[in-house]
Amino acid sequence: MLRFLLRRGAMLVATLLVASFAVYGALDLAPGSPIAALTGGRTPSPEVLAELNARYHLDDPFLVRYWNWLTAAVTGDLGQSIPLRENVSTLIGQRIGVTASLVALTSLIIVVGGVGLGLLGALRKGPVDTGVVLVSTVSAAMPSFAAAVVLQFLFGVRLGWLPVLGTGTGFADSLKHLVLPALALAATSVALVTRVTRTAVREELDKEHVQTAVSRGLPWSSVVRRHVLRNAAIPITTVVGLTVASLIALSAVVETAFGLNGLGAYLVQAALNKDFAVVQGISLVLVVAFVVTNLLVDLAYALLDPRVALGSRAS
Amino acid sequence: MSALLEVRDLTVRLRVGGSDREVITGTTLEIAEGEAMGLVGESGSGKSMTAKAIARLLPAGAGVEGSVHFAGTDVLALSGADLRRHRAKVAVVFQDPRAHINPVRRIEDFMTESLRTLEDVPRAQARTRAADALEEVGIDDPARRLRQFPHELSGGMLQRVMIATALLSRPLLLLADECTTALDVTTQAEVMAILDDLRRDRGLSMLFITHDLELAGAVCDRTSVMYAGQVVETSAADRLHADPLHPYSAALVQARPDVTSTAERLVAIPGRPVSAFEAPSGCRFAPRCPHALDSCRSTEQVLTGLDAGRVRCERAATLRGRLLDPTESPTESEETADA
Ligand SMILES: Nc1ncnc2c1ncn2[C@@H]1O[C@H](COP(=O)(O)OP(=O)(O)OP(=O)(O)O)[C@@H](O)[C@H]1O
Ligand code: SF4
Ligand SMILES: [Mg+2]
Repeated sequence: MLRFLLRRGAMLVATLLVASFAVYGALDLAPGSPIAALTGGRTPSPEVLAELNARYHLDDPFLVRYWNWLTAAVTGDLGQSIPLRENVSTLIGQRIGVTASLVALTSLIIVVGGVGLGLLGALRKGPVDTGVVLVSTVSAAMPSFAAAVVLQFLFGVRLGWLPVLGTGTGFADSLKHLVLPALALAATSVALVTRVTRTAVREELDKEHVQTAVSRGLPWSSVVRRHVLRNAAIPITTVVGLTVASLIALSAVVETAFGLNGLGAYLVQAALNKDFAVVQGISLVLVVAFVVTNLLVDLAYALLDPRVALGSRAS
Repeated sequence: MSALLEVRDLTVRLRVGGSDREVITGTTLEIAEGEAMGLVGESGSGKSMTAKAIARLLPAGAGVEGSVHFAGTDVLALSGADLRRHRAKVAVVFQDPRAHINPVRRIEDFMTESLRTLEDVPRAQARTRAADALEEVGIDDPARRLRQFPHELSGGMLQRVMIATALLSRPLLLLADECTTALDVTTQAEVMAILDDLRRDRGLSMLFITHDLELAGAVCDRTSVMYAGQVVETSAADRLHADPLHPYSAALVQARPDVTSTAERLVAIPGRPVSAFEAPSGCRFAPRCPHALDSCRSTEQVLTGLDAGRVRCERAATLRGRLLDPTESPTESEETADA
């Protein structure tokens, strides 16, 4: 297990290095200069330009700038937003809570809804199962922007139950503001998790070792819990984990649609404003979150399936 | 000897894609307390289905007729907790231990699950009993084995774990379905010897399913031969080789590769084995039987007592003693018999 962890740790660091290089490099290659955004498109005088370039170290060679950015980022300093003259870390800190809450609430909906529906479909054959398949088919066909419009219209405009725009203040109000965005973000993923759960449980039910458990006279509930669900948990955890990781990237669409002041929406806005430091900073945060989630999925997989850990020891 | 298990006229139909498929037809057999009954026959003859019907493990939607009585209870009428209690008393040792043991749970979990769930045995006590059981089946260092996962054990060892586990819950009947087929030859012999020993020690009844007539002869008291979903003969296990009553049993005896003699004795049974649902009317073995007459094909054969055994062949008495005789060609014997 220790070797497994060390190996995964090293892989994590390598992935992050490559990803950070890509994030920094891509923006460096992007057309336009941060100075242009700052001066509002007017051409500044050579003295001003030189002065700005020096202040933001824009004349240093690329690798030197990357290195400085990276080493600062490790300590939590993501540089300055040139247009806003603010610390990128501060700007991110103000918005990360919204995105984190959105992703957390969405994950909860995905786990409860997707796994719950999948189990229901797998264990209750007949009309219940048909209903589950129907719901998951409809919800699978709902990209989050379409789901956002439908939900806003239905619950916000027609029924007036929930707020459709903004972040809200205070815990209860903020949560209320997150419900529709989370549902919109969850739609496709719930369908995916439902299907994977249903298939995994069905497959496990047909396994010979489940027949052994039945043949020993164990109560059906403990056969299901200790053998069917326990084993189906392996593929289910994997797909839930990967889905949650993908939410981190997809949150931008929903945050924009619902006017939430989160990282995703801010990333889009900063890109439009050519606020390079902010784009780099947010991208880095999102990449780290994505990679770490993936690592957690792998760890969960190794913990749930004893055969995996052995495989890594043998290699 | 009172019968512990009594199967009467058991017919099983499975639902396959909307239609019913008969897989066992009118199977009758009984096993006395402490008796080992062999069940042999070609692939698809319905051996496993018979065992599954006894343990009530048939797939959902299976239609069952006839009766199964076990230790005084009507097995086919059981449901709920009574059914689970019945299953707990009938231990099954399956063919492929690797598929039949949950791969993500430790050996200890597998072995003690019944004790802890059904009998509320405390964990430490269940573990001790499991370790003792492992030692009984000849597994060293049981404490370590209990902590291991199935993939860390060899096939032979897993099958011993399966046997030890089956015996742990003190069943009344053991259903062993080709429990050594998946193992290599030496391991087969070891596992078989252990199973035989432990069973005799405990005076446990057993239904022993195998393709190997000789093996059945070695470990069983009586052997039943199945063909196309029917029991065609039941005889004392040691007599079946020398004095088979049914032409199909005789064919099996002759088809058996024998290490002590030359390959010449190996006579393949002509034709293809059939399952119950594709069997012809009249005697199901007739298309492959060298002694078949027209009347065999037109009459349903019934299981009738003959000497100490039972046979499903109208000509059994006539053919008695001549089935294994290589000098007597079937066609000639036909003429003399019918003259
Ligand atoms: N789940 C199933 N659905 C439909 N038919 C089945 C099923 N399982 C088995 N059968 C059919 O039932 C018949 C009897 O099968 P069974 O498994 O009892 O044979 P067997 O004597 O145990 O053969 P083998 O020696 O190959 O194990 C066969 O014709 C088989 O094709
Ligand atoms: S009844 Fe006729 S065909 Fe059938 S086994 Fe006996 S002799 Fe052969
Ligand atoms: Mg079988």
